[in-house]
Amino acid sequence: MDRQFLIFATICYLAAVIRTVVSFRARIFRRSRFVFLTIALGFVLQTAFLTVRGHTLGSCPITNLFEVLVFLAWSIALIYLLIGPAYRLSLMGAFTAPLVFLLQVAALLAPIDIPRASPIAPNPWLEFHASISIIAYGAFALACVAGAMYLVQERQLKTHQLRSIFYHLPPLPNLFSAMTRLLWFGFILYSAGMISGFFVNEPMPWTKIVLAFAIWILYGAILQGRYLRWMAPRRIAALCMFAFAVALPLLWSIEFVGHRA
Amino acid sequence: MNFFCFGLNHRTAPIEARERFAGHARSPALLRDLGCSEVLLLTTCNRVEIYAAADTNIANEEIAQSLRIEGGSSAKNDLEAFYRKENAECARHLFRVAAGLDSMVVGETEILGQAKRAYAEALANGNAGPLLHRLCQRAFRAAKQVRSKTQITRGPVSVGSVAVDLAEKIFGDLRGRKVLVLGAGETSAKTLRALASRGVSDLRVSNRTPARAEELASELEGLAVPFGTWLEQCREIDILISSTAAETHLLTPPLLVPILRDRADRPLFIIDIAVPRDVAPEVNEFDGVYLYDIDSLQQIASESHELRRQQLAAAEAIIDEHVADFQKHLGLSKSGTRPTKECPARVSGELRTSEL
Repeated sequence: MDRQFLIFATICYLAAVIRTVVSFRARIFRRSRFVFLTIALGFVLQTAFLTVRGHTLGSCPITNLFEVLVFLAWSIALIYLLIGPAYRLSLMGAFTAPLVFLLQVAALLAPIDIPRASPIAPNPWLEFHASISIIAYGAFALACVAGAMYLVQERQLKTHQLRSIFYHLPPLPNLFSAMTRLLWFGFILYSAGMISGFFVNEPMPWTKIVLAFAIWILYGAILQGRYLRWMAPRRIAALCMFAFAVALPLLWSIEFVGHRA
Repeated sequence: MNFFCFGLNHRTAPIEARERFAGHARSPALLRDLGCSEVLLLTTCNRVEIYAAADTNIANEEIAQSLRIEGGSSAKNDLEAFYRKENAECARHLFRVAAGLDSMVVGETEILGQAKRAYAEALANGNAGPLLHRLCQRAFRAAKQVRSKTQITRGPVSVGSVAVDLAEKIFGDLRGRKVLVLGAGETSAKTLRALASRGVSDLRVSNRTPARAEELASELEGLAVPFGTWLEQCREIDILISSTAAETHLLTPPLLVPILRDRADRPLFIIDIAVPRDVAPEVNEFDGVYLYDIDSLQQIASESHELRRQQLAAAEAIIDEHVADFQKHLGLSKSGTRPTKECPARVSGELRTSEL
């Protein structure tokens, strides 16, 4: 039953993706509320799914990789809805919707929605650790999206090949500022997630701890590079994309709640 | 009652003729005396037109005479420069004018504001009645639809506007940005003016002939700086416009490297409109440096022109729809003549309720 919410949410994101593709093909990029509204509707349906699933489980619905992916997609949509209006609605949505759509399709199609064998005692620290870490991933994902937008525009400026989308992207400083704020937001949440991990009181494989620290150091280094102006904004944008691509496979390490069963 | 448009524009008349028939404050009153029940005078730098409603046919020469400024020659010899469009064709013409399709730069948006001001003036002076009200409101709607449903207004179409658009993409807000003009030529002055119009306030001019630099600097309320210090200025400025007559590159990578080191990650936008070029093309390879020469700027402007041209068919289709709808509402025949009797009464109420 709860998967139906997710299927409808995915259809909403698909509509946003189709709109984006049509705009690209027609070489007409115009700000419209369609993409924003379809993402908003998708977000409401995702929230309904997570609420129903959470009630059924009696805990935060991040007990397996399927739920982790959905929770991540929900986090990305949430952060987009919070910051999207400040950085031109449909354009950031045009870049965000495909990412959320792919995450949800992967969650729905892969055989990863495996229910846990038996109920477990609630562990608030564990739930906080896992959920805050995934929301941090949402912020990193949006920083990656802003980075992609920055690089698209910067490349057009460098090569003098101005496409339709160029005239509808926010100016470079605005995108860079959005990227930096998202990095800080994600980094703070991720740090909170890591600190809370020490209070979980559960055994953790050392490889996961090392990898989690590696991601934390990577994002910390990007922020430090930005703060000390070691790197040009273009390199920060590229690193935002690289770091998220590296961090994404580490998601499986967050699904501790289900593994405890 | 018929309505018509009568006038001349940049395509039909040279500037001297447009100056002679520029219209004046008394033109609408003169036309009322000739039998027009409603009159709107639209004057811009590229066109002088009147839109009027009348029961009787008024001769072109009389209308032209009402537009003639004092001291001008007789209208009789200039009548060939004028055009006259009646009823549906008049509506089509105004819709096209308001949408910028009849402008010198297709898709320019300033004309819509000018048309709105002309209508507001006619309304304030009691010269606009229900027919002109309906005509103008429909024209404004058609223009807005053309702007929102096509890309006719998209893209910069002059070197100056390309430079401004690019600068806004690179810097966001242009207020507080610093610009240095190297070589005070005509194109660089135009580009500088375009940037100043968007809020750039720190303008510096450097020229081999100091007098010319001072002249341009004082015209734009900027600062003339000695030609020998222009490279040092590059540490502070955000935008460099270069248009000297130098035969070799003035700015090369070895000269720029130490300057970029001092600029941290502040971008530098270089507009090189000199031929031969003042800035070595390799400079564009540096992070945060955006170099555009005259060819690149003109290429972007011509691409915008081409895109606007491609959008003309879609824009004309929107105009067609509005003209057909307008004809239907006013009860005009397909040939666009003879409004039905009830039309003014039908629209009279809207005059009070609609907004400009």
